[in-house]
Amino acid sequence: MFDGGKIITGLIIFLIIITFPVWYNAVNGQAGERPEIEIATKDTPGKNECVLPADVMRTDHMDLVMQWRDEVVRHDDRTFKTENGREFTKSLTHTCLDCHSNKDAFCDQCHNYVGVDPYCWDCHIVPQDFEKGVK
Amino acid sequence: MAEDKYKQEDLLKIEYCPPRKDWMDSKIDFEAKKGNWCYSAVPAAMEYLDLNTEMGKWQPHDKDWPLPDNWKEIIFEGLHDRLKKFRTLQIFMDICVRCGACADKCHFFIGSGDPKNMPVVRAELLRSVYRKEYTTAGKLLGKMVGARELTVDVLKEWFYYFFQCTECRRCSVFCPYGIDTAEITIIVRELLDLVGMNIDWITTPASNCFRTGNHLGIQPHGVLDSLEFAQEELEDITGLKIDLPVNRKGAEILFIAPSADYFANPHYFTLLGYLALFHEIGLDYTWSTFASEGGNFGLFHSHDMIKRLNAKMYMEADRLGVKWILGGECGHMWRVIHQYMHTMNGERQNGLEEPVSPITGTKFENAKATKMVHIAEFTADLIKNNKIKLDPSRNDHIIPTYHDSCNPARAMGLIEEPRYIINAVSNNFHEMPENTIREQTFCCGSGAGLGTDENMEMRLRGGLPRANAVKYVNEKHGVNQLLCMCAIDKATLPPLLEYWVPGVEVAGIHELVGNALIMEGAKERTVDLREEPMLGFDEESEKVSAATGEDTENV
Amino acid sequence: MKVGISLVVIVLLTAIALVGAGVGLNFVFGVIIPYAAIAIFLIGVVYRVLKWAKAPVPFRIPTTSGQQKSLDWIKNDNLESPHNTLGVIGRMLLEVLFFRSLFRNTKTELKDNSKLVYGSSKWLWAGGMAFHWSFLIIFLRHFKYFVQPTPKWVMLLQDVDSFFQIGLPIVYITDFLILAALTFLFLRRVMDSRLRYMSLLNDYFPLLLIIGIATTGVLMRYFIKVDIISIKELGTGLLSFHPILPEGVNPLFYLHFFYVCTLIAYFPFSKLMHMGGVFLSPTRNLANNNRAKRHINPWNPEVKVHTYQEYEEEFHDVMKAAGLPLDKE
Repeated sequence: MFDGGKIITGLIIFLIIITFPVWYNAVNGQAGERPEIEIATKDTPGKNECVLPADVMRTDHMDLVMQWRDEVVRHDDRTFKTENGREFTKSLTHTCLDCHSNKDAFCDQCHNYVGVDPYCWDCHIVPQDFEKGVK
Repeated sequence: MAEDKYKQEDLLKIEYCPPRKDWMDSKIDFEAKKGNWCYSAVPAAMEYLDLNTEMGKWQPHDKDWPLPDNWKEIIFEGLHDRLKKFRTLQIFMDICVRCGACADKCHFFIGSGDPKNMPVVRAELLRSVYRKEYTTAGKLLGKMVGARELTVDVLKEWFYYFFQCTECRRCSVFCPYGIDTAEITIIVRELLDLVGMNIDWITTPASNCFRTGNHLGIQPHGVLDSLEFAQEELEDITGLKIDLPVNRKGAEILFIAPSADYFANPHYFTLLGYLALFHEIGLDYTWSTFASEGGNFGLFHSHDMIKRLNAKMYMEADRLGVKWILGGECGHMWRVIHQYMHTMNGERQNGLEEPVSPITGTKFENAKATKMVHIAEFTADLIKNNKIKLDPSRNDHIIPTYHDSCNPARAMGLIEEPRYIINAVSNNFHEMPENTIREQTFCCGSGAGLGTDENMEMRLRGGLPRANAVKYVNEKHGVNQLLCMCAIDKATLPPLLEYWVPGVEVAGIHELVGNALIMEGAKERTVDLREEPMLGFDEESEKVSAATGEDTENV
Repeated sequence: MKVGISLVVIVLLTAIALVGAGVGLNFVFGVIIPYAAIAIFLIGVVYRVLKWAKAPVPFRIPTTSGQQKSLDWIKNDNLESPHNTLGVIGRMLLEVLFFRSLFRNTKTELKDNSKLVYGSSKWLWAGGMAFHWSFLIIFLRHFKYFVQPTPKWVMLLQDVDSFFQIGLPIVYITDFLILAALTFLFLRRVMDSRLRYMSLLNDYFPLLLIIGIATTGVLMRYFIKVDIISIKELGTGLLSFHPILPEGVNPLFYLHFFYVCTLIAYFPFSKLMHMGGVFLSPTRNLANNNRAKRHINPWNPEVKVHTYQEYEEEFHDVMKAAGLPLDKE
């Protein structure tokens, strides 16, 4: 006995599942679209340079934010000094979001793109939302 | 005797840690390994079966094996053919991940510690040749990826190790992919057969069976004689002269038992059990001298040989005009009947009807196509329906345990029926430890055609796990009888137990049924079917039990 | 020796990937090799399965591991000795999803040189389960690098996988399970003398390769962070057939990716095909209803049999003398 029908059905199911990304991309047509992020305050004087170089921030910002949290909460160490001597308050909402006041167009763009769901906002309120009266 | 030749201390020096050395280059020293292999087949038997006799007379310990010149070609042609015919072979060659789960499940590995008895490595013996022939990596990288050339030494290794597998399928229960070493063993034995390598203990019974209808080569009048002898013996014990229908046309049922049941001890007492039972229920049945063998040594030889020997069951049923077939206590016989017979010889099945018990009216729906019922199913149904009267106290001198034979357990799932019967005919039943029974049961160590005397060391080793479990219940519960439903068990377990667990005897289930069966018009019984006194049934034993009180129950 | 050679092969692969990424062969490692690997995988798997399918299953040979269906009043174990399709499906699901047979595993020991004892031994099962399930979940989680938008079920899966909310990036349970399981499986192979005896290059190589994949993956997530935006650009580009080669991706990614490509290209030629084979194993995927339903062997051969007529002819005289009935007087 061959059970050819069953085997071919199984193979087809396997191929459909394994090629899911291909047809999912074809249906949605959004593949290859790199997220456009707006660095809101780029041209504002005094706010045109981040605390660390951009390519470091791109990959390691989560570590920095985490480090700040621990230093502030555990050691009351609130000042961050950059390599070129500038000083910043270690604060997500007051420092980061002060410049990048557009969470939707900045943070969320990439986070959504790669399916990252940071739990920063479980506790922190986005100041701009607060001002707009959005809870 | 085995005791003189092999010391228990020596056999029990088992090393389960294999050497660091690679396994691929070793050679088998047959001279040094005497006691671990079987003699080759005699040409006459091979000739009768039209097998390749080119090798003539030879023995495994001969320095040079008289292989045909084109032996390699023959093997590869055979392998190629079988890869096309058996999906099992392809899958089992391709997907083993060598996880090692099977390693310590084989009774031969447990008893010998020989690392090539780990089922995975046994299969690798073939797989290595397969890789070299059929995979690119194997051709290019050779031994590194487990591929090797087929040489005479490899062939000798096949002969040695594939006649050290009893096709019991215990490893297959534990394999995450269900790789069945029995299937691989059968196929490698077929390849060996193609070049003319067979063992005598398989080929001679097979040729006997082909000619006379039974493995022992007993001619029709001999079969009749033996049955008549049993008839007389039963008369001595019960005082009843039972009917003995042989080759009778028009009977409702054809009964086929392994031929050892009427020629060998202790099988013979099981035969007395059958006869008593069939008489008591008034079964309309017949024996056959042509289909006088339930067993099928073809299973140990090749798929074709299974078919050739099995054909006579349906042919004889058809000739005698019976409605269905009842089969006796046997192990590999039932692997064939359950898993091969109908596929192979279904065309020869004419005019049989769906089996219905004439006594209880029960339809055996599980056998509606093959039309052959196992006697344990038949008897369990009789007992359940109260159609026979049993006095289990007649077996009080027996403290039994039950050995699931490999094939009924792992090829049929016939597990509860025998236990139901045993509990109905005995008050003292004790199970062996759970990892040694049911689907995890251990082989007797002598199945698949390996039950020869020259193979005694390997048999004692392979039977060690079974014997050890018997010893456990012997010491714990005083078990003095090992019940089983397999003719090979009944032939090979007695010497095994005599060696490892002296004092425990071997019996069939229907022997105990025969003991317990209350037969109408029979004289008062004082002895069992072995003509040994039953506890509490003759004056002497009554005195003993009165004197020692309850203790006798637990002796 | 075989472990050594496997390691050398892995080191070679590593060198190829790192040098390749270093000298800017991004197009080769980011486009050509992945497409080739995927093609080999798909064609290879289909070819292998069809090759198996072309050979028939001549006999129905389930390994029964429980009570058959026989008399009404005896309970049939339909999962271990299935008598119908439903039972077979159940048995196969247990086997494929939970490694039922491996769960039975025991360890045999000879105590005091005379007593055989069989202890329960679930480590292999646990290691196997941890490895395979982690691998599957990690595989599915990675879909997010190949499709846009990220499907909800992938988000859900990673939420569940990061249930403990330890560290940042949050630790995935499966990342550490798979490393632990792989370490166990590897150590088992090199340290257990029986496993070492039976193991081949074919066993060490895929194991080490997967260890390489898991290690580089873990490195990138937790220690040497890479630009996953660009990586996703590459991934989605590939699987929408508009390959893009983003700039500045860490060579570590190319190493990880090259390992994966090697694995999938190696897959159809290796024991890894047990993924498909497990479904086709006739000792597991057939019902134990042999005597109720005939199984057909398409090549059922004609064989020479010995007929009753030949038998009676040979033994006519003795049968007559014994008074046995004869067809021909």
